[in-house]
Amino acid sequence: MSGLALTLRDPPRQRLDLSPLTPDRLAGLDEAAIAAIELISGNQRLRVGDLFAIAIGDPADLSIRNACDKLDFIGRAMTDGTITVEGDAGAYVGLGLRGGRIHVRGGVGPWAGAEMHRGVIEIDGDAGDFTAGAVPGETKGMRGGLVIVRGNAGHRAGDRMRRGILVIEGSVGSHAGSRMIAGTVAVLGAAVGPYPGFGMKRGSLILSSAPERPSPTFADCGAHDLGFLKLLPQAVGDRSSRLAELWAMPPRVRRFAGDLAAGGMGEILIRRI
Amino acid sequence: MIINGVAIEDTFAEAFGMKATRLVITADTAEWAWNAGNSMTGFATSVIACGCEASIERRLLPEETPDGRPGVSVMIFSMSTKDLQKQVGDRVGQCVLTAAGSACFSGMDGGDPLKLGALLRYFGDGFQIAKKFGDRRYWRIPVMDGEFVCEHTVGTAKGIGGGNFLILAASRAAALAATEKAVTAIRTVPNVILPFPGGMVRSGSKIGAKYKGLIASTNNAYCPTLKGQTETALPPEVESVLEVVIDGLTAEDIAAAMRAGITAACELGAANGVLRITAGNYGGKLGKFLFHLRELMA
Repeated sequence: MSGLALTLRDPPRQRLDLSPLTPDRLAGLDEAAIAAIELISGNQRLRVGDLFAIAIGDPADLSIRNACDKLDFIGRAMTDGTITVEGDAGAYVGLGLRGGRIHVRGGVGPWAGAEMHRGVIEIDGDAGDFTAGAVPGETKGMRGGLVIVRGNAGHRAGDRMRRGILVIEGSVGSHAGSRMIAGTVAVLGAAVGPYPGFGMKRGSLILSSAPERPSPTFADCGAHDLGFLKLLPQAVGDRSSRLAELWAMPPRVRRFAGDLAAGGMGEILIRRI
Repeated sequence: MIINGVAIEDTFAEAFGMKATRLVITADTAEWAWNAGNSMTGFATSVIACGCEASIERRLLPEETPDGRPGVSVMIFSMSTKDLQKQVGDRVGQCVLTAAGSACFSGMDGGDPLKLGALLRYFGDGFQIAKKFGDRRYWRIPVMDGEFVCEHTVGTAKGIGGGNFLILAASRAAALAATEKAVTAIRTVPNVILPFPGGMVRSGSKIGAKYKGLIASTNNAYCPTLKGQTETALPPEVESVLEVVIDGLTAEDIAAAMRAGITAACELGAANGVLRITAGNYGGKLGKFLFHLRELMA
């Protein structure tokens, strides 16, 4: 049985909250029931059937086609199954994800993977600000799982991250890993914005290149071969060929401990400096 | 039953249930992984006085280890999960943590988990770092040559200890040659270890002794120098006996190891002084697992 496909007829005028459309919530529903689901768009409630052409199939393998950057909250708190987004997605992709896999073939807005607990999010394009971060008012960002951004990521990627792995294959904006509590952020691109690791308490920020402007509150601990880095590609699997390629090389990095203004138990590891 | 002139006695080996675990130790070179594994499995021949029975199971290629370095697989057997925990903590702490460039990973999932990095992390004195990659949690403990990477826990499984067979030969040289051949063959069998030095034991024991408080003493029935002095189990032509003791994860593993070892010893045959194969037991009343030699070799 092929998967359930929802094809967006026209881009919505206002932002559209797709929270109800997750494999676990759609399980057992027929076409009429799915078409009747109400979605919030601005101050209106719109029905799925009015917005999407529905090709019924297995909801555990859900495709959202002809997607655009106004589709928010894709895969919010989903527990199982797969969502494939053909096109771009809006903000909060996989917010509070509990399991399963979301694959966005385009780019995404801010807060992708924010506060997720488990599961995998793959983003083929660029990601906005606060990827794997915490939404305002929350004390913890990503709490587990894996996020891979194959393009670039915006500012403050991994903000307040608590656990899990964020891999950004491209470049990253300013303050990557800001206020990190724990977890691992790897940036494989050539450009790293200013002040990575700002206010980080613990966790590892692994950079392929030296940042544009390093924070003065990190202490240089010298260059080392850190064997644990060889364990990272295993957790990521074959989802990031760039990471596997990079980590086939000896795991030599320069270690900076910090942020000394926030306890100093975190670290920035830079491969080329 | 006679194989290549070697008589297979109609008897059985008697083995006991144990708890087992497996560790993967890696290092910069195969030699240093071996050094760490060899050190941590030292003084681990018998639970009677060592607290556990342990040995290197086999060498591991870089592509077989979690961190892509050469390694060894080590198996440890003890009488309870509690005993195993004590031995694993002490031995990894004293012999692997201390070995240059080493790292230590779980080689077994499931069962009651044993603390590994969960114990050793405190050596980091607050500078240790936890890393959770996927479902696995590791500890990075700063040490003088860099970092000791150690998995948080290791799994356990039910195991079997005390699988055995004895090689009776016409000379000490013949017994040693046959037993070495048997040990080499058994070391290709997965999921088993040979905890005694070089994989064999010369001081087979019986239960009890004439001296009070001694729970085991020499098995005089199998001592060739006592043939005329005590009730012996040895025919006149036997001049030397060596025993192979096998611990394994399942009865099938031990049976496979015994079969491989006996077959290898018998290949030398009577022409090379290998005369009989027998096994040690307690009449079948103490051990849960019985391995009948003739059934194994049929």
